[in-house]
Amino acid sequence: MSFHPEMRYESGMHMSQRELRPDGDPFAFTPANRDRLEQIATHYPPEHRRSAVIPALYIVQEQQGYVSAPAIRHVAEVVGCTPAEVDDVVTYYAMFFRQPVGKYVVQVCRTLSCALRGAERVTAEISKTLGIGVGETDPTGTFTLMEMECLGACDRAPVVMVNNEHWHECQAPEDAERLLESLKASGEAALTGCHLARAEKAEGG
Amino acid sequence: MEPVLTSHVGEPRGATLDAYVGRGGYAGLRKALGLAPAQVIDLVKASGLRGRGGAGFPTGMKWQFVPKDSPRPKYLCCNADESEPGTFKDHVLMERNPHLLFEGCLIGCYAIGAKVAYIYIRGEFFHVQRVLEAEIDAARAQGYLGKNIFGSGFDCEIYVHRGAGAYEAGEESALLESLEGKRAQPRLRPPFPAVVGLYGCPTAINNVETLCNVPLIVTNGPEWFASLGPEKNGGPKLYCISGHVEKPGVYETSMHVTIRELIDKYGGGIRGGRTLKAVIPGGSSTPVILPDQIDAQASFDGLVKAGSMLGSAAIIVMDDTTCMVWLAENLMHFYRHESCGKCTPCREGTDWLLKILRRIERGEGTMRDIDLLADVASNIGGKTLCPFGDAAVAPLLSTIQHFRAEYEAHVREGRCTCPADWRAMRTEATGP
Repeated sequence: MSFHPEMRYESGMHMSQRELRPDGDPFAFTPANRDRLEQIATHYPPEHRRSAVIPALYIVQEQQGYVSAPAIRHVAEVVGCTPAEVDDVVTYYAMFFRQPVGKYVVQVCRTLSCALRGAERVTAEISKTLGIGVGETDPTGTFTLMEMECLGACDRAPVVMVNNEHWHECQAPEDAERLLESLKASGEAALTGCHLARAEKAEGG
Repeated sequence: MEPVLTSHVGEPRGATLDAYVGRGGYAGLRKALGLAPAQVIDLVKASGLRGRGGAGFPTGMKWQFVPKDSPRPKYLCCNADESEPGTFKDHVLMERNPHLLFEGCLIGCYAIGAKVAYIYIRGEFFHVQRVLEAEIDAARAQGYLGKNIFGSGFDCEIYVHRGAGAYEAGEESALLESLEGKRAQPRLRPPFPAVVGLYGCPTAINNVETLCNVPLIVTNGPEWFASLGPEKNGGPKLYCISGHVEKPGVYETSMHVTIRELIDKYGGGIRGGRTLKAVIPGGSSTPVILPDQIDAQASFDGLVKAGSMLGSAAIIVMDDTTCMVWLAENLMHFYRHESCGKCTPCREGTDWLLKILRRIERGEGTMRDIDLLADVASNIGGKTLCPFGDAAVAPLLSTIQHFRAEYEAHVREGRCTCPADWRAMRTEATGP
């Protein structure tokens, strides 16, 4: 809610806003994930375990795809802070999903360097091919389309990131359909990854 | 200038510990551990090394501000949250020369008396985190970090902490908040992080490229470092060139270089033989400069003289097809999205500015809207806890200053007035 009655925020929510979401299924870390989290928690002084909130939320997302209310309560218990403090973090950072997302979350960079090279059209092509808008998931639950702010690969614009991790660079608007098809066919293996890493592979490293 | 930071980044397996040690790596750490911590700080001060993250603050002084006699633990945080639009230099260093960064972190920790360094990496650099963690394990196995390094009695650990997508986490006090497991929102200063930083303890926060320069200074001496560039702007510098150039990329040279040389010689000139319209010389938070200013030296002081800033040395080049109102709108969308919401002028103001810019870009604006932009902007810049407010309005105000006629044409003609072939690159082809 904007503080000015005649100037409401347009799309989406401002970071400073909260929402109450429906409870999802009960959540607990698998023993293996719990061990990983405890290992990460050793990086921080024992009295500052709260530093492990972001790593814990990444593990939640790995385990069940998105961050639900029970997961927030579980993380709070494990890390040793209040659910409100975890919720505070979840609602702030762009890479935590608060609703279920598709198998592949296609994240197109929209900031200046990518936009100068046609990122707007990349998003439009993907949107047209999938028949969904930005922030939506297709009916089969395979793809979610998102727009991201600068991903930090401006020399390889436009950049598409998939599932918060895998980069696909120099993505011309014409290639959008092929990208989606190859994702469907061969999964994340279809992505070119980071050009720097790929150069090493090509050189036989 | 021959590259020194990125000289081996193209080599296969050049990032490994063996390769790094093979080319003389960790000699700086060995040498530093033989000196007193204060002597290391003096070396860095004498070199004149300035922070590469954006502000250009002298690194040696930053380290000196960390109190030596504090009973609390001290920390070094490496700011690897490279989020300034147009910047991608630290990515190369971390992925292709990680041990240079570790060596810089270790020397920094020794100098300020810290036993732990955190590398705060942005959430989008998942693949870089994997490289860093693998190489940290390799270095620990060989005794380059951990307990009693080189038998000197100096213990030090390096941990990688991955953020989760927030531009504001690149601001030093917001980075600390994020590292503590909270929202990345800035703190009120003073006290400065050097005195009250991570977990309330003395903390030094340095950019990746800054720390990568430290081993070179210790190994080759401060005189060598200073001699590489113009006065007070010494050392090697990485430039990120993107936008409408033939060969975008990261290029390393000295700060003697001019913006023109960077665009023509390194970036391969303007794409498709077009002409230059404007350049953002230091990441999206710096004012744009015009073609008649590009002979300015691309140094901290040279760009201030030209009315802009070196910032993170992210040079975004725009050719004559670029609509400057659209550019301002694109960047304002970024700042509105990334405003952390702590200070009212920035949280509310960026949203208002975006609405007004959208109105003008769609051809629905009025002449009064142009002055309204400047008015709202003047109530954001300098009125926030962190420099985000100034950053958000700098590109907007400079486009109004230099391209006011373009804003007026949008209002007068009721449409976007940039050339049709550029409009075709965009989705909403406005106007006839």
